[in-house]
Amino acid sequence: MDDSQIRQALLDILRRIAPEVEPGTLLPDAKLRDQVDLDSMDFLNLVVGLHERLGIDIPEADYARLTTPDAITAYLKAKLG
Amino acid sequence: MRPSVIVKSPQDWKLPPHLADYAAQRAAFTWDQARSQLDGLPGGGLNIAHEAVDRHGQGPRRDQVALRWLGKNGQIEDYSYADLMALTHRFANVLQTLGVAKGEGVFVLAGRIPELYVAVLGSLKHGSVACPLFSAFGPEPIATRLKLGEGKVLVTTEILYRRKVAGLHGQLPHLKHVLLVREGSGPQPVGTLDLAQIMDHVGDAATPAATVAEDMALLHFTSGTTGAPKGAIHVHEAVVAHHATGKYALDLHAEDVFWCTADPGWVTGTSYGIIAPLLHGVTSIIDEADFDAERWYRILEEQQVSVWYTAPTAIRMLMKAGPELAGKHRFPKLRFVASVGEPLNPEAVWWGKETLGLPIHDNWWQTETGGIMIANTPALDIKPGSMGKPLPGVDACILERREDGSTRLVEEPNVEGELALKRGWPSMFRGYLHQEERYRKCFSGDWYLTGDLAKRDEDGYFWFVGRADDVIKSAGHLIGPFEVESALMEHPAVAEAGVIGKPDPVVGETVKAFVSLKPGHAADDALNLELLGFARKRLGAAVAPKEIAFLATLPRTRSGKIMRRLLKARELGLPEGDLSTLESGA
Repeated sequence: MDDSQIRQALLDILRRIAPEVEPGTLLPDAKLRDQVDLDSMDFLNLVVGLHERLGIDIPEADYARLTTPDAITAYLKAKLG
Repeated sequence: MRPSVIVKSPQDWKLPPHLADYAAQRAAFTWDQARSQLDGLPGGGLNIAHEAVDRHGQGPRRDQVALRWLGKNGQIEDYSYADLMALTHRFANVLQTLGVAKGEGVFVLAGRIPELYVAVLGSLKHGSVACPLFSAFGPEPIATRLKLGEGKVLVTTEILYRRKVAGLHGQLPHLKHVLLVREGSGPQPVGTLDLAQIMDHVGDAATPAATVAEDMALLHFTSGTTGAPKGAIHVHEAVVAHHATGKYALDLHAEDVFWCTADPGWVTGTSYGIIAPLLHGVTSIIDEADFDAERWYRILEEQQVSVWYTAPTAIRMLMKAGPELAGKHRFPKLRFVASVGEPLNPEAVWWGKETLGLPIHDNWWQTETGGIMIANTPALDIKPGSMGKPLPGVDACILERREDGSTRLVEEPNVEGELALKRGWPSMFRGYLHQEERYRKCFSGDWYLTGDLAKRDEDGYFWFVGRADDVIKSAGHLIGPFEVESALMEHPAVAEAGVIGKPDPVVGETVKAFVSLKPGHAADDALNLELLGFARKRLGAAVAPKEIAFLATLPRTRSGKIMRRLLKARELGLPEGDLSTLESGA
């Protein structure tokens, strides 16, 4: 999977949790939770969605690394390795 | 197997607790004596900000750190009691300059930034009514509350203003001044003032307004089953209970470092996130960031937090994060941990003991009570799952509400009924703003009926059973189904909406909406997502549904009310027949 496919997966999952988001307006290097109104439940659902879609385990200890769209993509890419 | 009681002994105490002998101290307690531990204003008045800030800002604790602010990007800012006194003086002077009168509403919509704390305390000092709003609210809950509360001033950040408030102009006739915490270098939005700039232009000396005990101080909105949110009115006398409960329920000692994780947009974050720790002259930690397990453990360790007040949802998320993460940290200074918001499951109480080295002390109160009422306290044995016993000065009982509206005192142990409190404690709410009838209905004679179902066991411990109404409790916050339904109904495709709390292992309940559509609209995935986004934009993520289901029609009572309980029973797979009797008027 390349970066753009991973990013698309992220956006697809995000759209089911926060459909009000306009993907085109998301800044890749700003924290997702500063750009999208996500509460902790939404964030957990996002992690679960990524797990289901990509089949990778995301331990809770890594949640703090899931910050910006770029950082999330890089993290997932490394995991998919 | 774990025992059913966690027995306390003096070896457990790092400091002698304030409430060491529950029965004797409770018997001897009077609110008059509690009041005498505060200064009061010269001439006999009472002002929360004076007790919390100025008393220490002018006294021997003036250089003690009052607030230690941890920014989400790693910044740390310390404010001494003297600093906080000067800043809140300035804010009071700003209100004076703007012509804000005593009793007028100052709303604060912000994340946990220092300005929020300064604005709330400065408003109290000025004698205006402070109303912190949860920054995760969307435009509709914000507008509803500003309108109901007739907010004259709004303090907010530039980003929140642009996202949520700018579009409300014209809907808020009472709002005269918007004070912005600037975040960019662009032009000042039209119709707003730069808070930092006007703070600079006023002096840092002020005298607290001559408020008296019964003057209105704080407005906290809470949700009911029907109708608009209710603005619970609290007066300056509440400070007596903030102080006494900080002492007895949280065991605050002057040398403590205290961290209340609640947001001031909810009553806990104001009573215990702002006021109570300052009353006791302790150092209060404020974390701007959202929950993150690793960050929270690090704060507990690095800031040497000694008393920690948090919530079941956070505790359950820490439990989920696993013991390895906790094991990387040490908490030698931590000596007391308490939780509020919803009942803490026994597993979580034990997790505290096994992971943090301290059991977690659940306590119970609500917006209307203004302060902690029933609590597990340091010297009292814990029955995990119980909310504990009434604090000194608090009389609680279980009442049975009869069909005709009268009540009967339930004296037998372990019998379920409505939790009630004898009126007269200082932080009792004094009304719902402009809703006298709703306020009156909360009382039966001398008893305030809490709307929570509970039972009391043979040892006097209280156990939460459930809500008596349809209010949803998510992550410790009350959400009114009516407010969510109303927002959904604004969508042109929606014919009717019914909203329930769906049980969830982490946050207690999540908001689920059932919707029926007007003719011509297809109940498909695209519309489902559209409605979800529609509700989130209006209500904010914290209030909006997490899930929407389409139904052909919604079940209604004969009088036309949507039967939320039936929707919930179906959702849970419970027998529906049992519920017909629960729905009055069905």
